[in-house]
Amino acid sequence: MNKVRWTFWVPLALFGAFIVLVGVQLFRPANDEVASAMIGKPLPEFDLRPASSTRPGLDTADLSDGTPKLLNIFASWCVPCAAEAPQLAELERAGANIVGVAVRDRPEDVAAFLSRYGNPYSRIGADDVSEVQLGIGSSGVPETFVVDGNGVITYQHIGDIRPEAVPLLLEKLREAGQ
Amino acid sequence: MRWLLALLMAACALSAAPLAAQGTLPPAPYAYRQLDDPAQEAQATELMETLRCLTCQGQSVVDSDAPMAGDMRHQVRTRIAAGETPEEVRAWLIDRYGDYISYKPSISSVTWPLFAVPVLLAVVIALVLRRRLGGRK
Repeated sequence: MNKVRWTFWVPLALFGAFIVLVGVQLFRPANDEVASAMIGKPLPEFDLRPASSTRPGLDTADLSDGTPKLLNIFASWCVPCAAEAPQLAELERAGANIVGVAVRDRPEDVAAFLSRYGNPYSRIGADDVSEVQLGIGSSGVPETFVVDGNGVITYQHIGDIRPEAVPLLLEKLREAGQ
Repeated sequence: MRWLLALLMAACALSAAPLAAQGTLPPAPYAYRQLDDPAQEAQATELMETLRCLTCQGQSVVDSDAPMAGDMRHQVRTRIAAGETPEEVRAWLIDRYGDYISYKPSISSVTWPLFAVPVLLAVVIALVLRRRLGGRK
């Protein structure tokens, strides 16, 4: 008789545990950020035309000239990119060398965006078919990568840079220079 | 009456412009164009059906009209046309985005229980049934 009870209760308990697991996971907010698997790896080879007439274009060699840089993926059509403009300006004032990659953008739109929100970039390449974005494992705009002096990606920031993230990015940039 | 119609059409044309576009450029060359070689196009399509769109996660890149999905189709088609095998292209993407980018089931150190548990359950069921049915004889 005891044995019958055991075989009855164990499957029921397992089923109950399964229901609880599904319930808990259903109410947990989903994380839709996709982290790049390229951290610690060198940038792919690329050579982008200038995205606007005010700054030169961008290639792999520019990002392995010995100076660690922030690589900012942005676009004129992207609203959070405008929201992070003050933080990029602050990073530039703090001495960060920021290069930009403008995704699927026309030169006149990039120029209008820069004149409206400021231009913290030393170079801006135009990524017309998301070649660089796919090449470095970025899944949206804006994203900011820390690249060391040898062109190796050391850190990825997903989404717009909020004011509280500025010290962290400066710290990561400093680490990349060591 | 005719000028009213013209005005209406002009208003429609203006409001039809996308409000929150994700790009101001026309789509990449191979985003909506098939490869000329049908065999290569079949290979590319089969691969793209098992690749996740990064913008509308949950859709594949063939199902999605997101500009980034278009750029991924362009990337896949140009790589296939250049002679890469579909599994090489998949590996290239997994190197950049991790397993998440691929819908194709694979056995790894994390996923093996998904494959092992059903086998284990089938064995347990077979044993139980044999004991119960065998006992009656």
